[in-house]
Amino acid sequence: MIEIENVTKIYGEGKSAFRALDDVSVTIKDNEFFTLLGPSGCGKTTLLRTIAGFVDPSSGSIRLGGKDILQSPPYKRPVNTVFQNYALFPHMTVAQNIAFGLEMLGKPKREVKATVEEMLELVRMTPMADRQTGQISGGQQQRVALARALAPRPQVLLLDEPLSALDFKLRKDMQLELKRLQTETGITFVFVTHDQEEALTMSDRIAVMNAGKIRQIGGARDIYDQPAERFVADFIGDTNFLDVEVLEITGDAARVRLAGGAETTARGAAEAGTGMGAATLATRPEHARLVPAGQGVMEGLLSQVVYFGTDTHYHVTLADGAAFTLRQQNTPDMAHAFTQGDRVGIHLAPGVGQLLKD
Amino acid sequence: MAKPFDIRKQTGFTPLAILCFVLLYLPIILLVVYSFNAGSSIALWEGFSLRWYASAWENEAVQAATIRSVVIASAASALATTAAVLAALATTRVKPWRGQGAVFALINQPLMVPEIVTAVSLLIFFAMIKVQTGYTGLWYLILAHAAFCIPFAYMPIRARLQGMDLTLEQAASDLYATPWQTFRRITLPQLFPGILAGAMLAFVISLDDVVITEFVKSAGQDTLPTYMLGQLRRNITPEVNAISTALLAASIILVVAFFFLSRTRK
Repeated sequence: MIEIENVTKIYGEGKSAFRALDDVSVTIKDNEFFTLLGPSGCGKTTLLRTIAGFVDPSSGSIRLGGKDILQSPPYKRPVNTVFQNYALFPHMTVAQNIAFGLEMLGKPKREVKATVEEMLELVRMTPMADRQTGQISGGQQQRVALARALAPRPQVLLLDEPLSALDFKLRKDMQLELKRLQTETGITFVFVTHDQEEALTMSDRIAVMNAGKIRQIGGARDIYDQPAERFVADFIGDTNFLDVEVLEITGDAARVRLAGGAETTARGAAEAGTGMGAATLATRPEHARLVPAGQGVMEGLLSQVVYFGTDTHYHVTLADGAAFTLRQQNTPDMAHAFTQGDRVGIHLAPGVGQLLKD
Repeated sequence: MAKPFDIRKQTGFTPLAILCFVLLYLPIILLVVYSFNAGSSIALWEGFSLRWYASAWENEAVQAATIRSVVIASAASALATTAAVLAALATTRVKPWRGQGAVFALINQPLMVPEIVTAVSLLIFFAMIKVQTGYTGLWYLILAHAAFCIPFAYMPIRARLQGMDLTLEQAASDLYATPWQTFRRITLPQLFPGILAGAMLAFVISLDDVVITEFVKSAGQDTLPTYMLGQLRRNITPEVNAISTALLAASIILVVAFFFLSRTRK
């Protein structure tokens, strides 16, 4: 268990001071695949490096298994890192790289050899054991970096955007591979990424970060379906933001009036703390459906149709000038009734839109 | 699309380039050619012979000077390279600190100070020590050479350290290596080509020095260059050409060896 409490990191002094981490508190459970997700500069990598020991926080505490680790140098912390550029030692072979941590821990030779073989097998690199690291592909280097970090059996594995240098197909494979490794080894993974899809597919829990703060922590479904605030809704997936008027609140549900005058229902009223009156409604593109003009809760002009293979994106300009995006799956029986330039209606599934505090 | 500027297409480029190379290498070629002269003039060709190589080889003064030169250059470059590695680590592997720029300038000071000034100051300084201690051995020359060789060794080592991926050292420390183990297992092997380059440069610079050696040396401590200078003052024979050519060959071998060493390391 990693307990991060009130960790703040300030770079620079006076007017040029920059808060890379702003009073961050989070508890990461054992055997968890925990993801730090956010745009570049949000502090996610700084937080990871603080756990690893490469960054000293300005204040706060980090405990690992109940023990304060901030006083320990990186080489005394039972955590290992997979670096963004892999940082494989270029003057050593694949096997020597994987053995390095075990040798530094002073493990007996026979144990080192056995563990290295086991790790090579785990990441399916056994035939490459004696290659120089410069002679293997990017995906293979990735696996070696993973094996090297897993070999000493750390309590926590830290991964700093390890998939960002791989091409699309390989990245997909490695996402599944990472999940498999985490399940098989039972080691806590702390994974840093700016790629929301990566975060959604692999994580047990996700912490969405922005400007040095954690904005929301939750499972993939919680974060996607019930974003706590506008930043999270905007950063994760595509979102339509609509100005609405709250008419009635019952617990978490609310009856709201849309700009065109039609009414619908939404959720999130309790969490967002919206009162009556003006508020923002967030809806996902796949939660709305195009209907003939006059039949929906909103009206607009179909300004663009983009075909994506599995689905089609419709961009509608609403009566008040706002943009609204819909995503519909391309099924064989689908009628392609709508073309660019049509006047269309939009149907919103009731009760799935999320009210946000603004 | 406009053609990119190509300096080779400018009028007069080729003749000018050839002229530069001729001016650079013609004197050296002449020196090498006349080292094989059968006669005893360095300007009148009298046929091919190896007699001056044989004469230089058998000359006991040349032998002694050569050994002395190699001893001094080896000791001085070893000292200079060690100091340069420490200096390079201290100027690249620490947090930026006040006065770092000044220290950088101080390390490279021997490049800026006129050599004759260094020579005179060392002469006076060592004379004072000689009076106090009575020691007159080779260490004065070794220390003097080490001092002016440090910046030459420092530059390639520092360049290599700066070009090194810092995350490698972080990765080592993440994998339980203490700072010393990180240096020993990661930094030093990575740095090796830089150290080799620095040591070779220091060796060649020391081997070739005249001014400081001339001032610092005691009687009977001629190095190869000061011996040759002494010969030129008396009667010039192609023996000097032969020694120079041998020196040239030695340095070419060093450079080529280094080139291949640094290539296989990558």
